[in-house]
Amino acid sequence: MSLLLKIASRNILRNGRRSLMTTLAIAVGASAMLLFGEYLAFMILGLQTTMVQRIGHLTVSRQGYFELGSGNPAAYGISDYREVMKLIEDDPVLKPMLNVATPNVTLFGIAGNFDVDASKTFFGSGVVPSDRERMKQWNEYGFERTAPAQAPAMTDAEPNRGVIGVGLARILGLCERLKLGDCPARSAAAAAPPVSRAVKDFTELAKGDLEATRAAPGGGLPRIDLLAATAGGAPNVVSLYVARAEPQGVKELDDSYVVMPLGLAQQLLYGRGEHKAVGIVLQLHRTGDIPAARARLAALFKAHGLDLEVHDFSELQPVYKQIIGMMGAIFSFIAAIMGVIVLFTVVNTMSMSVMERVNEIGTTRALGVRRAGIRRQFVAEGLLLGILGASAGLLAGAAIAYAVNHAGLSWTPPMQARPVPLRLLSSGMQALVIGVWLGLVALATLAALIPANRAARMQVVDALRHV
Amino acid sequence: MSTQEGGPGPLVARLREVVKTYDDEGLRVTAVNGMTFDIPRQRFAMIVGPSGSGKTTLLNLLGCIDTPSSGRIEVCGQDVAALSDNEVSDFRSRYIGFIFQNFNLIPVLSAYENVEYPLLLLGTGAAERRERTESMLESVGLTAQREHRPSQLSGGQKQRVAIARALVKGPELVLADEPTANLDSHTGAAIIELMRRVQHELAATFIFSTHDPQLISHAEETYTIRDGKLIEHRSEAA
Repeated sequence: MSLLLKIASRNILRNGRRSLMTTLAIAVGASAMLLFGEYLAFMILGLQTTMVQRIGHLTVSRQGYFELGSGNPAAYGISDYREVMKLIEDDPVLKPMLNVATPNVTLFGIAGNFDVDASKTFFGSGVVPSDRERMKQWNEYGFERTAPAQAPAMTDAEPNRGVIGVGLARILGLCERLKLGDCPARSAAAAAPPVSRAVKDFTELAKGDLEATRAAPGGGLPRIDLLAATAGGAPNVVSLYVARAEPQGVKELDDSYVVMPLGLAQQLLYGRGEHKAVGIVLQLHRTGDIPAARARLAALFKAHGLDLEVHDFSELQPVYKQIIGMMGAIFSFIAAIMGVIVLFTVVNTMSMSVMERVNEIGTTRALGVRRAGIRRQFVAEGLLLGILGASAGLLAGAAIAYAVNHAGLSWTPPMQARPVPLRLLSSGMQALVIGVWLGLVALATLAALIPANRAARMQVVDALRHV
Repeated sequence: MSTQEGGPGPLVARLREVVKTYDDEGLRVTAVNGMTFDIPRQRFAMIVGPSGSGKTTLLNLLGCIDTPSSGRIEVCGQDVAALSDNEVSDFRSRYIGFIFQNFNLIPVLSAYENVEYPLLLLGTGAAERRERTESMLESVGLTAQREHRPSQLSGGQKQRVAIARALVKGPELVLADEPTANLDSHTGAAIIELMRRVQHELAATFIFSTHDPQLISHAEETYTIRDGKLIEHRSEAA
């Protein structure tokens, strides 16, 4: 061990209690940053997983749909969507990245349950049920599931069967039939409201248009009727048998969410016209492939003269970036507070050390140590304190993370309806661990530089005279 | 008063019109007031005088740990004023050994490590370092206490370690500021004997500041100062 480190380590041990308190302060900072960082990573990756399972990584749509089309999805349909999908699926660059490529239709309308005279505007999504199930299996980060996987509520073979939000089911009076728990009873007034003119019109319209869709067997499932305007502007109605109600996490979505088979959505949106897709959803194997896939798609569309654009899930769901930004700000704030605490603690400790060793500084300078040597001596002590504290803190953090991960805790993350196991994401966090360690060690070293400079500037004679 | 200029044999220090003033709580104090004298090599020299006469300041100037306000000092043939801060540190490291009144050992190092310290600063090789350190500890009779920390040593033992530390690198000049002041008379006498012997063996120049009559009786060169001025210089025959 070099003389420098030998003296530094012995001086740290010499002031054991003070060094311990300093080390503890650094360790607490390291643990706090590690644990919060691991929690944030778990939350952000969990949120990403939820979104990717629901809306995929990328969505291909007609130019302008993202900005203008949601008010009139029928006008932005991709008429040759099967050819576009084939182009994407057969592309040698995209093929290895792709997990699922599936068409979808999004639409808005009114959902009604005329057995109880209840109706509600809905936001609907037409999907290929088997593709939807495959998308729900996406789990790049290996998250555990809380509940055992349910049998799919929709299959490709059942063209009229769908899923709605729990809130919508409640509003449409389907609690009992869908066996929903925690469902308030409808008041007498709400249960038998006066039939409005609009509802009468809707009912009459439904009677005329529903015969074809009602012909499909519902298997005793509750039925709702969905009304929307077709591409031509004419009202259109289809029936949907509700296989299940699924909570959506966000109340506004839960109160209006309808998922139906693609064919049914196309029938509702396009009537007897050409059935198009509003979007083509692409789910990749890895989120990290988004930039490459996106660039390739843009090149493909340009080469084939297709009027299409691509958006990733964070653009379609801006809340994702907002949550990451907010959590990043909180992490930065906590890191800054911890950094300031470490800075002041180390400056204080090293300043006391300098004050106690003025005579020693004078002696070593008299023996021939240069000013830089004195500076190095105290900086080395700060460095060692930083290494000890940061290492101890990270080890303690790892132990706490292990305990938390095995404590059976669960929580409900933002935008999710069901609780999931609470985890502190310890694997794959090398960058965080190295960053926290290096950051705190560097901070402790820099903090020591302030008193070290003071020590180095001392005049030998004054230092030797110091009592 | 007698002064020597370029006396017999080579010189270890030359002072010419050296003045050192400093501010003491707003009061301008002249600690060394125009001293001019030479100190020959390989002598056991004493700077004597009452408290406040400027002994320690003069020793600090000779040890290159302080700079004169005016005048010129050459130590071991080197005009110290011509050196940069780092060069002065290196000069001290190579040519000058210090023995302090309060021993000033590094508390976290053992006796062996304290003695070895100047050699580490000089970058001496490990084998030579070990040999010289052990030899020096043996010379001062502390081989058995080599692993002891300063807190585990008596005052006399600490001063022996300090002497060994000052001499281990073979300096041309050893400066000692009242080295026996914190020792009892018996230990002080033993330390003087030790220094005398080692000085003789190593042919180094020792310069002490003292008002210990026991120490003064050993002096080969005696410089008596008062109020910052040299008032007498006595030289014993070599």
